[in-house]
Amino acid sequence: MDGEIVITTEHLVKSYPMGGRHFTALDDVNLSFVTGEFTGLVGPSGSGKTTLLNIVGALDNPSEGRAVVLGQDTRHLSHRGAARLRNEHLGFIFQTFNLLPVYTVYENVEFPLLLLGLKASERRDMVRQALDWVGLGDKVRSRPAQLSGGEAQRVAVARAMVKKPRIVLADEPTANLDAANSHKILRMMVELNRELNSTFIFATHDEKVISYLSRIITLQDGRVVDDALKQPRAA
Amino acid sequence: MLIIKLAFRNILGAGLRTWLNVFVLSLAFVAIIWMQGLLDGVGEQVMNNMIETEVGGGQYWRRAFDPYDPLSLEAAHGPLPRSLDELISQGRAIPLLMTSGAIYPQGRIQSALIKGIPPDQHILNLPTGLLEEPAPPGMIPAMIGQRMAKQTALKAGDDVTVRWRDVNGTFDATDLMIVAIMNTNVPTVDNGQVWIPLDRLREMMRAPNEATLVVQGKGVPAVPSGDEHWVHRDLDYLLKDVVDMIRTKSVSSSIFYAMLLGMALLAIFDTQVLAIFRRRREIGSLMALGMYRGQVIWLFTLEGALHGLLALVVGAVYGVPLMILSAIRGLPLPPSSEGFGVAISATMYPSYGLKLVAGTTLLILFTVTLVSLIPTRRIARLNPTDALRGRTS
Repeated sequence: MDGEIVITTEHLVKSYPMGGRHFTALDDVNLSFVTGEFTGLVGPSGSGKTTLLNIVGALDNPSEGRAVVLGQDTRHLSHRGAARLRNEHLGFIFQTFNLLPVYTVYENVEFPLLLLGLKASERRDMVRQALDWVGLGDKVRSRPAQLSGGEAQRVAVARAMVKKPRIVLADEPTANLDAANSHKILRMMVELNRELNSTFIFATHDEKVISYLSRIITLQDGRVVDDALKQPRAA
Repeated sequence: MLIIKLAFRNILGAGLRTWLNVFVLSLAFVAIIWMQGLLDGVGEQVMNNMIETEVGGGQYWRRAFDPYDPLSLEAAHGPLPRSLDELISQGRAIPLLMTSGAIYPQGRIQSALIKGIPPDQHILNLPTGLLEEPAPPGMIPAMIGQRMAKQTALKAGDDVTVRWRDVNGTFDATDLMIVAIMNTNVPTVDNGQVWIPLDRLREMMRAPNEATLVVQGKGVPAVPSGDEHWVHRDLDYLLKDVVDMIRTKSVSSSIFYAMLLGMALLAIFDTQVLAIFRRRREIGSLMALGMYRGQVIWLFTLEGALHGLLALVVGAVYGVPLMILSAIRGLPLPPSSEGFGVAISATMYPSYGLKLVAGTTLLILFTVTLVSLIPTRRIARLNPTDALRGRTS
């Protein structure tokens, strides 16, 4: 693929102690991702998709090998350094939405910008824009408990995208959504990928998600068994 | 500001759980201030009563005088040195003379401490002016307290025979006319005592210009007596027993306060532990969004600490009117309190000093913050990926 390389993994290994033995979640993974990709990590449960996403997202450290994200080796990042990387350049979208229950929609989307220390007027404009992207401009005062699953995930997408991150990591974003909402969310993400040129990396085994991807990396038992480009379906 | 706002939102969002904890903590806060205020108030009252009525601003004692040994009175009187005479003549001190004796009310014998005091004195809050009331010829006007009146079944207008020993050791007797029964909160100027004019007692004892002790007025600085037979006793010395008694009571009260506060803090601690357990996914999300681990710890600590702040506010809502009311109206003591033997009034008035209120406030805020911080150490060990899955590390 063309474009600036934003993520590289080299001989990445992640293993966990389990009883007296070790469970290897990732085994010698070598990958690279460029700007603007719309890529998925595909495989059955336990294949290492989420583990790879967590390491790339600087939420976890590899046991061996390294992951370089936007020029930074995640092994050498302190807790603060990793938090700063996530805050400034990464957006996360989770299966269970993970919205802050005591904040309104507006405040949830605004939250990453508060962590960045942006001025109020800047934040206001960016939040409005993000909510327009996901079509939730009329729900700014609602709380997460008042939203449907689809609406909640759209808020999560807005929150992830509000700071126009270089990389968006989405872990099973459609797992708790019905088909209609899933397609709506995915089309939205395709549009944002095109507009902002953010790199999207999904961890999924959902065929609906896979249909929108332009690159599929298949994992099995922690190993990359296939890495292929494909023609995505039209959004 | 972000974390403070989020913390406030979180604890208010917890609803009844928060308000129950806040209410219990506020009870501890109000109870500590109110009860300690009562104790402080009573202590102040006792000390003031003693200073006003018995101790003055300090005393000079004849060296041989021992207030706990009546036998010491025989030798514990002597002429006044010039320095003390000057104080007395300036109206800044008064001499008292004491001797042991016995009175015979209704034919019974009862030992009594006979005290001579200038009737026109203004140093002590005693109605000694009543001693200037004329008595029948051959009788000496005398005043007793209501406790002594009860013990002896004497009342104003009664006469009673008194016997004493003069400086030469000779027994003598005369009759006293009870001209007044004084009401006093200070048992130590009442029980077993008879007050007569100083000059009359000096005559009886054949001890002209002698005294057992000299009471200086409040605010009068101590002067060197210039006589080795006279020693100065300051207020710390004279009020030591009372201070020790109050301190002992404070210690026992402190144990009660610690238990009360401890129970409230336990509720806060449990709430914190539960919150961290229940909100693991949220903790993971906050870290994924870019919050530092330290910020997350600070957030949860602040949530716990804000219980203390809310408790202060809630406590003030019902505590301030309660304290104002009790400060104005006081709390009446039961009649049996007269037997306590302490210079306490019939009504207790609390005293809420700035030190008490500020000290209690700071103590509660500090302990609540500490108790809130302890469980949040778990967050420092929490793996974000486990937290996102709702697991603990």
